[in-house]
Amino acid sequence: MNTSSSTATPSRLPAAKRKHPLLRNLPAKLAATPMIATALVVFIGCSVWSVVYSFTSSRSLPKEKFVGLKQYDRLFGSSRWTESIENIAIYGICALVFSLLVGFLLAVALDQKIRFENTFRTIFLYPFALSFIVTGLVWQWILNPDFGIQQIIRDIGFSGFEFNLLASREYSVYALVIAGLWQGTGFVMALMLAGLRGIDQDIWKAARVDGIPAWRTYLFIVIPMMRPVFITTLVIIASGIVKVYDLVVALTDGGPGISSEMPAKYVYDYMFGRANLGQALAASTVMLSTVLIILIPWAYLEFRQKRDGDHA
Amino acid sequence: MQKAKLLVAGAAAFATSSLLNVAQATELEVTHWWTSGGEAAAVKVFADAFNAGGDSWIDGAIAGSGSVARPIIISRILGGKPMGATQLNHGRQAEELVEEGLMLDLTELAEKEGWKDLVRPSSLLDSCTLDGKIYCVPVNIHSFQWMWTSLDAYKKAGIDAPKDWNEFVASAPKLREAGITPLAVGNQGWQTNGMFGVVQTGVGGVELYVKTIVERDAEALRGPEMAAVWEAYGQARDLDDPDNSIQNWNDATSQVITGKAGAQIMGDWAQGEFQVAGQTAGVEYDCLPGLGLQPALDTGGDAFYFPRQDDDEKTAAQLRMASMMISKAVQVDFNLKKGSLPVRGDVDLEAANNCMKKGLEVLANPDNIIPSGDQSFSLDTTGQLEDLLVEFWNNPDMSPADAHDSWASIIEEAE
Repeated sequence: MNTSSSTATPSRLPAAKRKHPLLRNLPAKLAATPMIATALVVFIGCSVWSVVYSFTSSRSLPKEKFVGLKQYDRLFGSSRWTESIENIAIYGICALVFSLLVGFLLAVALDQKIRFENTFRTIFLYPFALSFIVTGLVWQWILNPDFGIQQIIRDIGFSGFEFNLLASREYSVYALVIAGLWQGTGFVMALMLAGLRGIDQDIWKAARVDGIPAWRTYLFIVIPMMRPVFITTLVIIASGIVKVYDLVVALTDGGPGISSEMPAKYVYDYMFGRANLGQALAASTVMLSTVLIILIPWAYLEFRQKRDGDHA
Repeated sequence: MQKAKLLVAGAAAFATSSLLNVAQATELEVTHWWTSGGEAAAVKVFADAFNAGGDSWIDGAIAGSGSVARPIIISRILGGKPMGATQLNHGRQAEELVEEGLMLDLTELAEKEGWKDLVRPSSLLDSCTLDGKIYCVPVNIHSFQWMWTSLDAYKKAGIDAPKDWNEFVASAPKLREAGITPLAVGNQGWQTNGMFGVVQTGVGGVELYVKTIVERDAEALRGPEMAAVWEAYGQARDLDDPDNSIQNWNDATSQVITGKAGAQIMGDWAQGEFQVAGQTAGVEYDCLPGLGLQPALDTGGDAFYFPRQDDDEKTAAQLRMASMMISKAVQVDFNLKKGSLPVRGDVDLEAANNCMKKGLEVLANPDNIIPSGDQSFSLDTTGQLEDLLVEFWNNPDMSPADAHDSWASIIEEAE
């Protein structure tokens, strides 16, 4: 980026005022330096370090004893890891789809100039103020078969009612989905609402004049216009999905059995609890490469589009 | 949470130092994960004895099981903020920390006090020893090979309490008829894994245990005898309540105490809970060492390590604490509260209850002593076994034969 801007400038500036390219916008460059250093050292440096040590047999301390792909062999032979991958796929898809859908619908509902909008907004956003640990504990009580939802509905009179996600091997991961959605949807709603408010009122008027029904206006005009908001929201939700850990620990602790394990928990357990750094780093490297596999094509598309836009 | 704990500890330290103003009181923070009723009572014995010597014990209890506490403890030591002393299970858990020179060498004190002759069985001290030097104080003998039965539950079902595992399995349908869960189990990896070890020694015998776990003999690992053990363990799985969502071991114990469950397979620390509930061995509950089939106990247990400090005064206080923990009177008091057995052979156990006496009888014959999993496997291998066993317990579709195969592979590949 630097080079392209410095090559573009000379024609516009008189020769006498031309500064050394490194000194141009000096305050801005100085201000950005710490962040650039952090990005280089912490993000890239540590990621590279992790990848390198995932090929070693390090136990609780890093050691340069390289063992090739042995850690990866073991990782993919472990049924707990396979289960973790399946679970994060289920959790990820559900969390992404439902929080976007529900968040957007709530935002649309609030955008209808209803009364007590502030009150509703506060109520929906409130769970976001709670940490995942608290969220997990709250839902542990709500889902507890002996005094949670199941018992309440049985007390009402439906004595055969079964709703025991936490003890179910097949459905325990959906308990995580429910708790995660409860916590995060309000935030998505707030972002969407901000996006909706950013739409010019004239567009609505024009649509109304043309007699376009409201739902079509939303679907074909407003949503495409809200693209930047959707992308921001998507990135925030996705990063939340990849790192989900505390919710699992608080709500199910990976159980029953290993039915609600998640990749981040696998990494933590092996790194700290089981003194096997090599295995933990192999798992985190797989997590990193999965994210990159999704991210790189997407980023490529985004940036190419921008360059096309520049030309136009 | 860590911060809050340190704050509390700091506040407590300030309060004691300003109130008592003891001239040479050296404060040592002690981390451990003894938080259930019986355990907390036992810790108090240590704390009182240490404070009585003029020092001050700063309690750093970490709630949760060892698998929660250990990472916190180890990362604090690795991170350069060592506590004064810490509980760990002896065996291989602290091996690397000792190799890196992060633990205080206790050899001199041990030689002066003659620990080698006192500690029984000697394997306990061996687990504390690396390259001929002693790095930890064993404080108790815990064995996992116990089954606790609720006599009340059997009375309710109208049948005699079982004398061994086979009778227990046979009695299970009657218990179910009476609305009692035959076997209470806490759904955590270390519990299902420990329980498997118990079933293995009980059903398979000591010889098989040594061949598989200690010698890792390939034939024995995959042999028909082990397959029979896995079948028995699969049977045990059917005795648990399928809707069971119990996690903590003491919650499962309380099911036995209240007669909601027929039995629990759990180490002798469970006995502390029966005592806190005011129950007597042989009246409300009974104990079957080695499932009543094999009189064999492992001799795992807890030990205290003393992370190396820069301060000479602290080091001196660490040695005082080590000496106090293994002293005669403290050993008796502590172990009575804890439900475990003392590490010294020369203490008076008049006050011991029925179950403790049963345990001592078993231990009197050295052939009955088996090494514990902690002493044979690294944390990594133990972790893998725990994952497997907790998966097996919760997944009825996983056949004993499949689990047996994975189990054998894990041990074959273990370091």
